Amino acid sequence: MIKIKSNIAISDSGFIFNPANGESFSANPIGIEFFNFIKQGKPQEDIFENMLEKYNTDKNTLEKDYSDFVQTLNQFQLLDQDAEKEA
Amino acid sequence: MEKQRYERPVIIKLESNMPNKFGLRTEYKPKTHIDNVSVKDLINEYGSPLFVISEKTIRSTYKNAKKAFTTRYPKVQFAWSYKTNYLSAVCNVFHQEGSWAEVVSGFEYDKAIKNGVDGKKIIFNGPDKTEKDLTKAIENDSLIHIDHLDELYTIIELSEKLNKKPKVAIRVNMDTGIYPMWDRFGFNYENGQAWDALNKIMRSKKLDLVGLHTHIGTFMLSPQAYGTAAYKLAELAIGIQKKYDHEIKYIDMGGGFASKNTLKGAYLPGVDTSPSFDDFSEAITSALINSDFKPDKLPLLILETGRALIDDAGFLLGTVISNKRLSDGKRTTIIDVGVNILFTSFWYDHKVTPAQPFTQYTEDTVLYGPLCMNIDVIRENASLPLLNKGDNIVIHQVGAYNMTQWMQFITLRPKVVMIDMDGKTHIIRENESIDSITSFEKVPEYLKKFEL
Ligand SMILES: Cc1ncc(COP(=O)(O)O)c(C=O)c1O
Repeated sequence: MIKIKSNIAISDSGFIFNPANGESFSANPIGIEFFNFIKQGKPQEDIFENMLEKYNTDKNTLEKDYSDFVQTLNQFQLLDQDAEKEA
Repeated sequence: MEKQRYERPVIIKLESNMPNKFGLRTEYKPKTHIDNVSVKDLINEYGSPLFVISEKTIRSTYKNAKKAFTTRYPKVQFAWSYKTNYLSAVCNVFHQEGSWAEVVSGFEYDKAIKNGVDGKKIIFNGPDKTEKDLTKAIENDSLIHIDHLDELYTIIELSEKLNKKPKVAIRVNMDTGIYPMWDRFGFNYENGQAWDALNKIMRSKKLDLVGLHTHIGTFMLSPQAYGTAAYKLAELAIGIQKKYDHEIKYIDMGGGFASKNTLKGAYLPGVDTSPSFDDFSEAITSALINSDFKPDKLPLLILETGRALIDDAGFLLGTVISNKRLSDGKRTTIIDVGVNILFTSFWYDHKVTPAQPFTQYTEDTVLYGPLCMNIDVIRENASLPLLNKGDNIVIHQVGAYNMTQWMQFITLRPKVVMIDMDGKTHIIRENESIDSITSFEKVPEYLKKFEL
C-alpha cells in the first residue's frame, strides 16, 4: 500500500515540510485532498468516488492524476518506501 | 449541488532562490475573449488550432505608429511589408489605413497588384527580381530598390528596351553600431559601394533616382541605430544634391522595429523592454531634421515596419492534448499547436494564457506541440496554471511571420479568422484539407496500383 512518511504533515494551506531533510513543498487544494486521503490510508477507489461526487471530472482523469501525484510524492521522497515493500 | 471545477493535483518543491529560470509569472487572468468574442465559441465554430486576427488592434497599432511619426515630421508614408503577413485581408486593412505595399518577390508584387494597389505605390525590394518582374515594375512606374550591380545593369538595359525611365532607389547597408551587420543586401556606405552605384545611376541618365533605402535589421532594440542610419542616408542625399543638383524625393528607413514579444532567454518581458514607436521616431526624425536638408526640402520619410505593426493583432488558439512527465519528473503539456504553424516560437518565449478560469497554482512546464519531432517545442519552460486535457490556450502576439512562414508538415494548416471592428468574425483563409494538399500532386499511372 502507498503510505506517506509518518513524520510528514500538511497544513490547511497546503504547506508540507519534511523534517528529515528540511525540504518544503506546496500543494494546491486538490493536491491537499489527495495528500490527506493517501495519508489516511484511504483506498484508491474510495478516493475517486469521493472526488467524483464533489468535482466535475471523470474516472480516467482521476486515475491518471492520482498516479502522477503519487509518482511526484515518491520523487520528492515523501513516501514510506518500507511500507511499499511490505505491500 | 453543482460540482466544483476540477484542477489536477500538484505538489511543488519550494526553492529559496526565486525567481527561477522559469521566469516571473505574468498570466494572472484567463484570456476568455478576443475583442469581446469568446475564445471557446471561436474554437467551437472554426476548430482548433485557430489563428485569430483583431482588425481593431491592427488599426489602433497603425494609428499609434503613424502618430508617432507625423507629429514629428512633415511627410511620412508607411508601406506594408508583405512578407510579414500577406493574407489579403490583412494587407487591405493596412491599405485602407493608407499604407503602400512593400514587396520582395514577383509573387508578392502580383499579390499587391491583385489587392488593388496602384503600381506607383509599390516598393519593390529584394535581391531576386527577374527580368519579367522588372519589366512589369518599370511599366507600372513602381519604385524599384536596387540590391546589386547586376540588377542595376539589367534595369538600364530594360529602360532602353522599354523606352521608359524607371524610378529607382538603392538599398544601402551600413555600420550603425549593430552587429552582425546586415551587409549582404544592397551597397555598402562605408566602403564607397553606395556612391559607386549612385554615380553609375546618375551618369547613365537612363534612370530616375527617386530615393535611398536601408533596412538595418529586424527586431532592433536600439533606436539610436536608426538615428545613425538616417543620418548616413541624409548625408548621401545631400551629397547627390551637391554633386548632381538632383533632389532625392524620399528616404526609406525599412522595417525592423522590435515588437512587444519576449526574445528567447530574455529575463524581462518585451512589453517592458522594447522601445516604443515614439522612441524610434524621435531618433529617425531628429537625425533628418538636424541634417543639412533645407527645412522646405525635407524628403518624404518611408517606413516599411512589419512585425511591430502586426504582432499584437495575431492570436493562436489551441487545445491541450495531454499532460505528461519526462523521465526526470519534469512536467510537460502537449498542445495541438506545433512549430510548423508557430515558426516564431524559435525566436520568442510567446506568452501563453489559459482560456478558462484557473487558480493561482502554477507548475513549471515544457509546452510541446503535436508533431512527432524533437524540435517541436513551443515553450522550453513556462510557469503555467494547471491545465487539463481539453482546456484551451491562447498564444499571444503571433501576427508577424507565422502566417507566411508556416509550413504544411505532418498536420494541416488551420483556418485564419478576422474579428472586424463590430466584433463580427470572417474566415480570411480556409484550413487545408487532404484534398487541397493532394491536388498539387500527380501520381504516375504505373504507381497507382499496389498489393500488400
Ligand atoms: C526590406 C525589408 N523591409 C521591411 C521588413 C520588415 O521588417 P520587420 O518585420 O522587422 O519590421 C523586412 C524584413 O525583413 C525587409 O527585409
